[in-house]
Amino acid sequence: MIDLPLIAAAVIGLGILFYVLLDGFDLGVGILFPFAPDHTARSTMMNSVAPVWDGNETWLVLGGGGLMVFFPTAYAIVLPAFYMPIMGLLFALIFRGVAFEFRHSATTSKYIWDRAFFGGSVFSALMQGMLLGGLIHGVRIENGHFAGGLFDWFTPFSVLTGIGVVCGYGLLGAAWLVLKTEHATQVWARRAAMVMGGGVLIAMGAVSILTPLLSPAIAERWFSGVNILALAPIPIFAFASAVALYWSLIAGRERLPFVFAILLFFFGFLGLGVSLWPNIVPPSLTIHAAAAPDATIIFGLVGVAITLPMILFYTWYAYSVFRGKASAHGGYGDD
Amino acid sequence: MPDIDVVVLSRLQFAFTISFHIIFPALTIGISGFLVLVEALWLRTGEEAWKRLYQFWVRIFALSFGMGVVSGIVLSYQFGTNWAEFSRIVGPVLGPLMAYEVLTAFFMEAGFLGIMLFGWDKVGPKLHFLATSLVGAGTTVSAFWIIAANSWMQTPQGAHMEGDHFVPDSWLAIIFNPSFPYRLSHMVAGAYLSSALVIAGVSAIYLLAGRHTVLARKSYSIAMWAILVLAPLQIFLGDQHGLDVLEHQPVKVAAMEANWDRQAGAPIIFFAIPDAEKETNHFEISIPGGASLILTHSLHGVVPGLKDVPKEDRPPVGIVFWSFRVMVALGLSFLLLAGWGAVARLRGALDSDKWLMRFSALLTPFGLVAILSGWYVAEVGRQPFTVYGLLRTKDSISPVVDAGAVTTSLTIFLIVYGGLFGAYLYYVIKMIRIGPRPFEPGADGSGSEAPGAIQGARPGLVLPPEEAARESAP
Ligand code: HDD
Ligand code: HEM
Ligand code: HEM
Repeated sequence: MIDLPLIAAAVIGLGILFYVLLDGFDLGVGILFPFAPDHTARSTMMNSVAPVWDGNETWLVLGGGGLMVFFPTAYAIVLPAFYMPIMGLLFALIFRGVAFEFRHSATTSKYIWDRAFFGGSVFSALMQGMLLGGLIHGVRIENGHFAGGLFDWFTPFSVLTGIGVVCGYGLLGAAWLVLKTEHATQVWARRAAMVMGGGVLIAMGAVSILTPLLSPAIAERWFSGVNILALAPIPIFAFASAVALYWSLIAGRERLPFVFAILLFFFGFLGLGVSLWPNIVPPSLTIHAAAAPDATIIFGLVGVAITLPMILFYTWYAYSVFRGKASAHGGYGDD
Repeated sequence: MPDIDVVVLSRLQFAFTISFHIIFPALTIGISGFLVLVEALWLRTGEEAWKRLYQFWVRIFALSFGMGVVSGIVLSYQFGTNWAEFSRIVGPVLGPLMAYEVLTAFFMEAGFLGIMLFGWDKVGPKLHFLATSLVGAGTTVSAFWIIAANSWMQTPQGAHMEGDHFVPDSWLAIIFNPSFPYRLSHMVAGAYLSSALVIAGVSAIYLLAGRHTVLARKSYSIAMWAILVLAPLQIFLGDQHGLDVLEHQPVKVAAMEANWDRQAGAPIIFFAIPDAEKETNHFEISIPGGASLILTHSLHGVVPGLKDVPKEDRPPVGIVFWSFRVMVALGLSFLLLAGWGAVARLRGALDSDKWLMRFSALLTPFGLVAILSGWYVAEVGRQPFTVYGLLRTKDSISPVVDAGAVTTSLTIFLIVYGGLFGAYLYYVIKMIRIGPRPFEPGADGSGSEAPGAIQGARPGLVLPPEEAARESAP
């Protein structure tokens, strides 16, 4: 018998990973926006993500939609439990999303949309990080319903994960800009990557120490018997990625910082997966208990199997159309 | 059991946020069709005017698209935040439909939108046209899935309750449920009609002001052709839709007609103030037999009444009754515009009949108003159920989320969306005031602009040259 919920969980995990990496770098560009050296750099930064941000954000819709398809019970618990941070996230994404469109149409009020772009990006990342922290911390469930309070998610731990995600997206954004810009802007992006990378490493270290302390079940999973050996490569590879990241930044490489930043995220993400397993909502809702009826999962998986290769193909194509260095003026005329 | 305020507030929040959203899909579905047509004409004829029209409307399209995206993401998450029980119970049926929307439509729209807006000098004209077409197709595919989901809530079939949630039996039955073909065609035609009204209205304003006349004449003519076809079609589709509602949701029809007692030869009511308390209408003005004639195509047909079901199963009558009248009245006024336009065209006076243009300018936003009214009929008329006959609205709400939280989020939505809509209108009006780039007929197209460049296809990104020069100066 095929373990349908397990496959579904893998698909959702993949979707979330894509979201974090892709929207991560374009939110990161927004996080770094006001610190850019000058106006031209800012326009270049915006142009570097303008053709792709919408596609990146679509993975978020897929993540929410996918959770509703495959794990409706988890969806119905997690979303009300995190009502406030999710509303915060949505409002932040609104401001950031319209900033792209409104910024240019504006003449005297451009500064408003610059701030909306920055504020929206930072706040989105913060809310996502706090959501993550709240989830690791656990959600109170009774009779299959959320039974906690509106502010359960707000803890010192979630503040830590919130800041960690802001730094993490900042790192991805900076590494993206190393790839997409030149001259002074690129030099600045390298420095930004080092600063943000430092923040990420501190946050990752703190979360790695605190998580087992907060939850005996998680400690058990990481440190008991053979697990400790089987799982050891995850933190080791994460550390190696961080070292390689700094090396590539210092060595002045253009593409490798982005690659290593992605690897760092990837191993961090795997580590989180191990911590949560076999739950989808800690501490007690497992992926099997939350799963949708088979008929629903099968229909969903068929759709994914058919469309995902196509989506990956044209997403790759769209990126390749805009490969190369971004410019402040774009290639499309004088307007 | 959550308290009643949370239900009311969540309904208000959903109604407000989705009403805000639907305005933009209606525009992007229709305008993308116009853009495909205009770019095809440009490719065929090489006439510069078509390209200028494309460049002008694509900016309004981009702005609307951005608004559609951000307001849509809010909706997809609101199912979980505010309607958690609904999501848990109905998720196994509706979840996949919405996921298919993401997989087949949203990714395609988003992937090719970048190329459509920024790729003009990165891909050839044919590929660019393909991108425009795929974005346009994506908007309609998206409507297909979300309307399937909504129609299933109106006329559910192909699934059964097992324990405390629905389990799907037949996906074909779920997707192609009885009201789906009517709702989809009526909605998509409505989107095209509303966009045609906007394009005709803006063109008429230019013609009246004597500005951009060469371009405006072309777009006005296209839009008036579209209205000529779509206005009667939309009324026909609406009539068919009404017959379907009569069959599957008789109480909704009773509310649309404010008909309290099941009766043969029911009157058509033009004005009334329905009174749910006393189960009657005040100040009624009506023609006997009218409703029966329209609904059953016979003067003596039987029309269902609200009293057929207990009070707690009836929708709010006033909203349904009046929204329906607004939609139909607007539909008839679009028909008038279509007919007048056709006569003017026959007389060769399409772009000189000033009163026709004034009428057209007046109707600019009213297609969108008709769309909203139609949705109020459909959604409020479904009450007190979210899944008609099977799941009540009060049982669909998120447990625990309290009235204070929803009041806060609703208040912020009102303020933020109000501000955004203001900004959107401000920038659209600004774009219309500036207008398309000046165009002289007969001027050599290739000489009048940088080769292959699309001027500021996407607002928000390119610096005007003088500003760029100023900003890059130290
Ligand atoms: C008839 C059409 C229609 C209707 C009834 C709805 N939408 Fe919509 N939606 C669209 C037609 C559309 C579209 C044309 O495809 C949009 C508008 C602009 C755009 O970017 O795509 C869109 C955008 C859009 C997006 C952003 C897509 C992206 O990231 O690119 C989301 C998440 C939703 N919608 C979700 C919803 C939900 C949850 C709805 C109902 C409850 C809903 N829409 C009603
Ligand atoms: C896009 C046009 C739409 C508009 C303008 C619209 C409008 C509304 C309105 C006014 C209500 C509140 C009704 C009341 O409480 O009296 C409502 C409720 C609701 N609608 Fe829609 N709707 C639209 C489309 C959809 C779609 C496509 C779906 C789902 C696929 C949907 C799902 C719901 C749900 C779940 C509720 C909340 C429960 C309820 O109050 O019935 N709607 N909508
Ligand atoms: C004048 C003739 C018209 C008639 C007889 C008519 C009929 C109807 C009916 C019976 C419904 C309710 C469906 C339900 O409750 O599920 C409806 C809904 C709707 N109408 Fe109309 N309509 C007309 C004109 C228009 C126009 C001009 C527009 C827009 C441009 C429009 C847009 C809509 C929309 C968007 C809906 C909601 C979605 C749906 O249920 O189809 N209608 N219409």
